[in-house]
Amino acid sequence: MLKVKNLHASVDGKKILKGINLEIGAGEVHAIMGPNGSGKSTLSNIIAGRDGYEVTAGSISYKGKDLLAMEPEERAWEGVFLAFQYPVEIAGVNNTYMLKAGVNAKRKHQGEQELDAIDFMQLVKEKAKMVELDQSFLSRGVNEGFSGGEKKRNEIFQMAVLEPSLALLDETDSGLDIDALRIVANGVNKLRREERSIVMVTHYQRLLDYIEPDFVHVLADGKILKSGDKSLALELESRGYDWVKEEEADRIKAA
Amino acid sequence: MSDLSFDKKTERKPEEFTNNEYDAGFVTDIETDTLPPGLNEDVIRHISAKKDEPEWLLNWRLEAFRHWQTMTEPHWAHVDYKQIDYQAISYYSAPKSQEDGPKSLDEIDPKLLETYDKLGIPLREQEFLAGVAVDAVFDSVSVATTFKGKLKDAGVIFCPISEAVRDYPELVQQYLGTVVPTGDNFYAALNSAVFTDGSFVYIPKGVRCPMELSTYFRINALNTGQFERTLIIADEGAYVSYLEGCTAPQRDENQLHAAVVELVLLDDAQIKYATVQNWYPGDENGVGGIYNFVTKRADCRGQRSKVSWTQVETGSAITWKYPSCVLRGDDSVGEFYSVALTKMRQEADTGTKMIHIGKNTKSTIVSKGIAAGHGQQAYRGLVRIGKNADGARNFTQCDSLLIGDTCGAHTFPYVEVKNPTATMEHEATTSKIGEDQLFYCRQRGISEEDAVNMIVNGFCKDVFNELPMEFAVEANRLMEVSLEGAVG
Ligand SMILES: Nc1ncnc2c1ncn2[C@@H]1O[C@H](COP(=O)(O)OP(=O)(O)OP(=O)(O)O)[C@@H](O)[C@H]1O
Ligand SMILES: [Mg+2]
Repeated sequence: MLKVKNLHASVDGKKILKGINLEIGAGEVHAIMGPNGSGKSTLSNIIAGRDGYEVTAGSISYKGKDLLAMEPEERAWEGVFLAFQYPVEIAGVNNTYMLKAGVNAKRKHQGEQELDAIDFMQLVKEKAKMVELDQSFLSRGVNEGFSGGEKKRNEIFQMAVLEPSLALLDETDSGLDIDALRIVANGVNKLRREERSIVMVTHYQRLLDYIEPDFVHVLADGKILKSGDKSLALELESRGYDWVKEEEADRIKAA
Repeated sequence: MSDLSFDKKTERKPEEFTNNEYDAGFVTDIETDTLPPGLNEDVIRHISAKKDEPEWLLNWRLEAFRHWQTMTEPHWAHVDYKQIDYQAISYYSAPKSQEDGPKSLDEIDPKLLETYDKLGIPLREQEFLAGVAVDAVFDSVSVATTFKGKLKDAGVIFCPISEAVRDYPELVQQYLGTVVPTGDNFYAALNSAVFTDGSFVYIPKGVRCPMELSTYFRINALNTGQFERTLIIADEGAYVSYLEGCTAPQRDENQLHAAVVELVLLDDAQIKYATVQNWYPGDENGVGGIYNFVTKRADCRGQRSKVSWTQVETGSAITWKYPSCVLRGDDSVGEFYSVALTKMRQEADTGTKMIHIGKNTKSTIVSKGIAAGHGQQAYRGLVRIGKNADGARNFTQCDSLLIGDTCGAHTFPYVEVKNPTATMEHEATTSKIGEDQLFYCRQRGISEEDAVNMIVNGFCKDVFNELPMEFAVEANRLMEVSLEGAVG
């Protein structure tokens, strides 16, 4: 599904990603953990195509295509979805209206017929139920005046509607209360498919209690220092990140 | 790997937010009767004679002209343009085929019909949006007014002002110049001296006008100024919704449009006045385009009268315009909703004046300015609360949206409060169209161009909501066309 090879990237000349290698197969769930400022959001943003990063080396292939050569909307049409760490507010633009434009642009790209207003409303209501998003949010401006947790829930709702093949969830659990976390996590679980890959960026084990990852990676200082199965997350939870960094330092010394 | 820079293949800069097509830019090839350039008393006598005007009106014009000669062009607005040579402008131009006065719709020159068709304004009644009557003003004269008969049945007068002078002289004489006096300002004085046509509306007592009224202004002739004069009177308890639209051919010379609009509201009357202004804006280097210097004012003479100005200003090289409300009657209400878009080298200095005189008068100002390319945008608003205006209230919100780094937005709010019981609220924001908003939309599969349109239309929503339904759709479309090529 996704192959990131030796990815180096910087912002304004500052090196942030320093050789990321990551391979994600169809249907797999990966968790990326790591200290603040280590480059987790940067990686997600570059995969989704955000401007402002300079990729200085490496490549990303997605479904066999050169992802970096594609516009952000083309990536979305091909099934890349990013649930933002900080979803932005767009005043006056109706939440459902925006989503409908996105869904229909994607359908058009795939040679499918666009959904009319009635079919779309039906789809949207069904998905809203799935993440227990109150219908009143559908007619509000995009994230306009939403609380932090409501914004996160709206992201997963959008994911449910857009049905991506690769979903990047950047700290979707932050800001959610205990009940909301369970609801949103259940929503994500319901969206798990054999052909749908999910990458979760998170700081906390409790999300992984709900959504069990197949792989866990530690991203620190722009590199993936360690990868393992779900037990790695438990180890991180009890021991923190320092030992991973020390191991890396020892490895470099030894080399 | 050699070059893996993340810069996109189609990357374009905000400076290129410019080269959109102006689809009303064509010229109609039609024989005209045009006065040679120049302005003097003879020209005014000539215009007046052409229209077969009564003596009082000629004298009124001459008085305005003499006043105008003593005045100097104002330069306080935040706009910058070449000196206008008032002697180089022709003050009258009319299609020859219309010379013998207004005709029935079937007799209109087909070229004119075609012109309005191209602009999306069919003048054949059965074809036009049901429920909208149109007065079409082509250069200096009105060439057609639709649905006159149906309106007359309701007691509504809707006709070219030149016709009103002839058919309803006492109404015209009673109200003309009482809202905007001849010497009000430089452009109003000029307009009073040389105005050629425009619309006249009278809604009698207690009548709710059965359809939308609209005037469509078209400048066609070269080197001609358009000086229209609109007068709308809503008698006690009357209601009317009125819309004006404007376009002009694409030309390298600047052309002057100096209009005056007067609205009179008696007790319990209501007027909704909407403008969709799409005069030719000039090209990306600032060559050509209309100078749009307009005086619009509503006089809420009656108690509980209510006026709202809604404007969507996307055209013109220079716009200088402050639709105002004089809230004289107790409990009268004035509203101003504005969207102004400046791109390329366009400049707009626009806003409103709310003059609170009566008790418990209320005003609302919502101004949305969008600047792209090298566009310049200024909001200038005055709220004056007179000493007898107990309990007056004003709410002002003015927001600016910048697209790119080479444009500018400025706000000049003036407030004069002479009554301590007044309540004033003011909100202002300036934001750049966010990279993060654009990216958010694109991540959801929406192209950059559609995303900009969506964000801009969202920004303007509070204003578009005030437009009659048919025109809200039109306004949306106009914004889209105007923003075409605004991103890449
Ligand atoms: N536009 C930018 N300008 C300057 N520095 C940036 C920019 N974007 C990211 N950075 C820097 O890059 C580093 C990585 O940021 P990133 O947001 O990817 O971290 P993160 O791993 O997601 O952290 P967190 O866990 O706090 O969300 C940080 O030091 C950040 O300050
Ligand atoms: Mg982050």
